[in-house]
Amino acid sequence: MPFAHPALLGPVAARLVAVLALLVVALAAQAEPAQASTADHSRFEALQGPFASGPDVTRACLKCHTEASHQVMDSMHWTWSRENPATGQMVGKRHTMNSFCGSPISNEPRCTSCHVGYGWTDLSQDMTDPATVDCLACHDTTGAYKKVPTDAGHPRYEAVVVNGKRQEPPDLALIARKVGESSRATCGACHFNGGGGDAVKHGDLDSSLIAPPRHVDVHMSPDGANMGCADCHTFKDHKQDGSRFDMTAKDDHGIVTAHDMSHKRDTGLATCESCHGAAPHGKDKLNHHADTVACQTCHIPEFARGGVATKILWDWSTAGRMDADGKPVTIKDDHGHTIYTAAKGDFAYGENVRPTYAWFNGKVTGTLLTDTIDPSGVWPINRIGGTPGAADSRIWPFKVMQGSQPYDPVNKTLVVNNVFGNPDAFWNRYDYSIAIEAGMKAAGLPYSGKYDFVKTTMHWPITHMVAPKQQALGCTDCHTREEDGRLAGIEGVYMPGRDRAVWLDMLGIGAIMAIGAGAAGHALLRLIATLRRRNGK
Amino acid sequence: MSTHGGAARIYMYARFERFWHWTQALLVLSLGVTGFEIHGSYDLLGFRTAVQVHSLLVWALMGLWVFAIFWHLTTGEWRNYIPTLRLAPQVVRHYTIGIFRGEEHPWPKARDTKLNPLQRAAYLGLKLGINPVLWVSGLLYLFSHALPGVDLGTVALVHTAGAYAMGAFVMMHVYLTTTGPTVFAYHKAMITGWEDVHGPHAEER
Repeated sequence: MPFAHPALLGPVAARLVAVLALLVVALAAQAEPAQASTADHSRFEALQGPFASGPDVTRACLKCHTEASHQVMDSMHWTWSRENPATGQMVGKRHTMNSFCGSPISNEPRCTSCHVGYGWTDLSQDMTDPATVDCLACHDTTGAYKKVPTDAGHPRYEAVVVNGKRQEPPDLALIARKVGESSRATCGACHFNGGGGDAVKHGDLDSSLIAPPRHVDVHMSPDGANMGCADCHTFKDHKQDGSRFDMTAKDDHGIVTAHDMSHKRDTGLATCESCHGAAPHGKDKLNHHADTVACQTCHIPEFARGGVATKILWDWSTAGRMDADGKPVTIKDDHGHTIYTAAKGDFAYGENVRPTYAWFNGKVTGTLLTDTIDPSGVWPINRIGGTPGAADSRIWPFKVMQGSQPYDPVNKTLVVNNVFGNPDAFWNRYDYSIAIEAGMKAAGLPYSGKYDFVKTTMHWPITHMVAPKQQALGCTDCHTREEDGRLAGIEGVYMPGRDRAVWLDMLGIGAIMAIGAGAAGHALLRLIATLRRRNGK
Repeated sequence: MSTHGGAARIYMYARFERFWHWTQALLVLSLGVTGFEIHGSYDLLGFRTAVQVHSLLVWALMGLWVFAIFWHLTTGEWRNYIPTLRLAPQVVRHYTIGIFRGEEHPWPKARDTKLNPLQRAAYLGLKLGINPVLWVSGLLYLFSHALPGVDLGTVALVHTAGAYAMGAFVMMHVYLTTTGPTVFAYHKAMITGWEDVHGPHAEER
């Protein structure tokens, strides 16, 4: 049957297709390309250097890759802004708040160290010079290229002395001559360190994924499929597939073919089903689960499994404590995790964390800087869409970040906290009223001058760190009456072993017991009658 | 047909009938044990195994039922289930009074009158009520993923209610099998096929 859609094939055939797809991807992902490129960058005259700065390297790249900067500058990696097609909301770091540092606004030189460009020192200004695109951040293959954490995206250009040792700046020309495809390490340089450090933000993305053991991530492990980020987050014109702002919570398309990839601009491989199809299990019963349960729910039993703890609580309200000498306080726990700093407040961490489960339809609504919040309870910084039992929703795993962060009790908005950079910043003066004033001024937003703290939650969909199938959840992790069952409290679905009509059980057991008791009584009377007849006669 | 005293020895249950009965008994018990484990009533085989065994055995039971229905129709055995009120008061009196006095069963049991009025009502209720409820709700349960309009919670409720009804039937049935002339007389009959019948005109049956 030529050209039959793989989803129409049996499970075995579908798995074969998936394995073949995986093989193709794995070959493409090898450090040594399966086939040699027609261009050897090390021989390019334009890349011989020396280069004085990152933009100089980019100018050299653009001599051949004429459209590259235009493509990048149209992408989310550059704009930090786009309209969420599902909600119409403008999303991205420039608009939506989070429960970590809140907003990059006013904190640019530090936050923009992860921008795919050079010198974005003011988020209110768009950068238009194609030479300010940072090609090396993604295309370095040497591991030597590093952006300085506080310099708006630039690497070091001068040697520095650290602890008495002289460190040379990265050799930009050497790095430029060895450019190649992105890797777990290049993507991870930013995405593993979101929120200010390794593993802080996502829970399922941290440095353990640079070369994870198979039990941490079966796809990315060098002992597994050895896949890179871009093998799933497929790029077209420097724009990647897959976004946590606008997720495909239920993939009705199934396996993506080479034809789909080359003919549909918006088709990529970011869902599990893109490669595995809609019916990847040998057992139908398991495949039917996929109607209501996301693959991730069973196949990522815990997040932060790579030995790096993720932050699960960040309480800004306690920040600013000084010791007897007037020095900012820092407290570490027995594991060496910083659980308090005057600069940031209290933290709590989690490793091997069991996710929180919720119905999810892929639509995420963020809290914009201008949104009015209700501070009376716990404010959901992002609200995940989804209806229990609805056809467009499935049960998904999440990391739920607990926060407590500053807001304006008069205007009822979250506020920008200027933590870094200027002398009034919180990390310099530890004074919220001044820092928030500066942050809101930079954002061009009204601030009443009063601040308080509101408890927040933020939902982070868990989709990486897929475990080998032997570690997937078993039936009774969910199909149980135990109160700590994985899906205890999840509505909209009848689950045998968890759900029951108590009245029916009482009625049924009562009826059977009544009959049993009646029978026992009847039998006893028969016995007595028989004995009496025997003795009496 | 051997006779002795006021009794007769009758070949009451055909070979298929006995095979059907005991196979069905085994399947119903296994389905009950696995089914209530799936329901969450206890932990015995493990949920996964229980589901697999339950969903497998149900096909055996449905297959058996197809053969049994065919057998009933082609042999005319279905007539045993035609409801009747003949001697019904006497049968009720037997189980409430006579049995304690050592009286003989008033029903003239024979090959074509195997079932007394109470049994006819009970077995007809089983075959036209409990069995179809379990069968239909079970199939809906198995295929609910492909039937968007079907609410699994309702299906499960009906299936569970059917299972309790079956449990109640089995409980009653098993006890009543001990109410023959001797405690094991009926069991022996259902195993060998041969049953000693007593009462008036037993020899003529």
